[in-house]
Amino acid sequence: MSAVMQDLKVPPQAGKAGGALKGAIRIEDVVKIYDPEGAAVMAVDHCSLDIPAGEICMIVGPSGCGKTTLLNAIAGFHSITSGKIYLDNELLCGPPEKPMAQPGADRIVVFQNGALFPWKSNIDNVAFGPMMQGKLSKKEIYEKARSIMADAGLSGTEHNFPGEVSSGLRRRVEIVRALMNEPKVLLFDEPYRALDSLTKSVMHEALLEIYYKNKVTIFFITHDLEEAIFLGHRLVIMTSRPCKPKKIIDVDIPHPRDYSVLTSTRYRQLMDETVELVHEEAKKAFSAGEKEG
Amino acid sequence: MISKRLTKSLFSRSNLRAVIAIFVFLVLWEVGSRSKDWFGFPMPWVGHVPPPTAVLVAWYGLLGDPGYWQSWYMSTLRVLAGFLAAMVIGIPLGLFMAVNKTFHGIVFPSFEVLRPIPPLAWVPASIIFWPTQELSIAFVTFLGAFFTIVINVLGGAKSIDPRFFQSAQSMGSSQWDVFRRVVLPATLPSIVVGSAVGMGITWEVVVAAEMISGGGGTTGSGGGLGFFIWNSYVGGSYEQIVVGMISIGIAGFVCSELLRKLGGYLTPWLRKR
Repeated sequence: MSAVMQDLKVPPQAGKAGGALKGAIRIEDVVKIYDPEGAAVMAVDHCSLDIPAGEICMIVGPSGCGKTTLLNAIAGFHSITSGKIYLDNELLCGPPEKPMAQPGADRIVVFQNGALFPWKSNIDNVAFGPMMQGKLSKKEIYEKARSIMADAGLSGTEHNFPGEVSSGLRRRVEIVRALMNEPKVLLFDEPYRALDSLTKSVMHEALLEIYYKNKVTIFFITHDLEEAIFLGHRLVIMTSRPCKPKKIIDVDIPHPRDYSVLTSTRYRQLMDETVELVHEEAKKAFSAGEKEG
Repeated sequence: MISKRLTKSLFSRSNLRAVIAIFVFLVLWEVGSRSKDWFGFPMPWVGHVPPPTAVLVAWYGLLGDPGYWQSWYMSTLRVLAGFLAAMVIGIPLGLFMAVNKTFHGIVFPSFEVLRPIPPLAWVPASIIFWPTQELSIAFVTFLGAFFTIVINVLGGAKSIDPRFFQSAQSMGSSQWDVFRRVVLPATLPSIVVGSAVGMGITWEVVVAAEMISGGGGTTGSGGGLGFFIWNSYVGGSYEQIVVGMISIGIAGFVCSELLRKLGGYLTPWLRKR
């Protein structure tokens, strides 16, 4: 227990196979310039970031600052203009030879408003990835899906459609669907943005619970500082567009955490330290937006 | 238990209201049609329409007439032929236009020029194009459903949330998997809507085409419900005109209802909860 209780800046060994954790991301000097009709817009500006395997890395920045561009580059949905991104020392993308990463089951995105297939039942959604990859038999996949859903408190909703359960449960189904692929990295794109704050607090604890069972690297985009400090090992505060790390802050509150963290002095101190930094960037983004408008 | 629920639903407030409304409508119609005999002057418009009782009597007489049923059969056959052809050609065409930009670029402009032409404007041309009158009526019926189905399928497939493609790809789906497990189910609601609307148009079109082209048969009674109405008009049998009209109403309603049921069955995730 004491091993778990200490700060997980250097995460412990994975439970299974005894090997080192996988899922370290290295972002090296990445630049992304959007060029719609010749008007070059720089979204990401020489961004470098090292995320050790098994870390919860919270990317905090104002809306529209280019955080999602970075996430899309890692996921393989968009190209980058220059720089390199590695996963476990393997090159994901690096122009000119490889401007775009290949999307893969080792990096699964949990989207902003959720991207569960509404035409598939919850368990069919959860089983989708392994069915596509075809490594296991159908029976094995559904057995695994049932047990992993039960673990996440989703028993009884297997045969409902996503549209038939609450938005909180839906998010949980989506995280479980992502985990079924045994990814090295989970990429969260403001997944709890549309949830009310009470549901959000429940979702945060549920996410940590799932994380303690499956230590994957988490790249989590948010503009909610409370969420960022509560969940993260580290906060990466981004500048407004073009985006690059402005300051990286270690959250030295030991894991496992629960919601009592929010009333601790350390949490208050971290909040005080960061709120000014974030506010500054938000103001910049706001006035830049006004100029464009 | 079940019979109780059935009775309850049959005698529900909205059903009762519908029955009363139809009954009042029929009474007003009856009174209006007989106004000349009863009050000495015909009511405007309804005064020249045969009363519902006379229509019912004419209908009863027709129930034993194989010609009447032949008309049903002919029209239904043409609608089904045109509609099925429109589905078989229209759905793949719409889907392919949605997924392939080059194909879309080549086909869509001509499609958009042809789409606003009313199907009935095609009647003379299709009589010239097609060897038999039967084929030309089926072709015009086909056009009625075709454009609606294509435009619905295309719109539905193009508005699929790109995140569905991205997550399917991340989870290891091939191009074919994405098409079969994302594009098809996501477009299904639009296919259902397009088909239901298209089905309505085929009934409108088939009747008009039968009237114009003479029903495809040389004998008076073999030419479909449209020809049945036209023939009744020419023969001065006004009750039969109304019988024909109501028959088409029933046929269109049944077809739409069947499609709606089938659509609900195919898209269970959209069912009202």
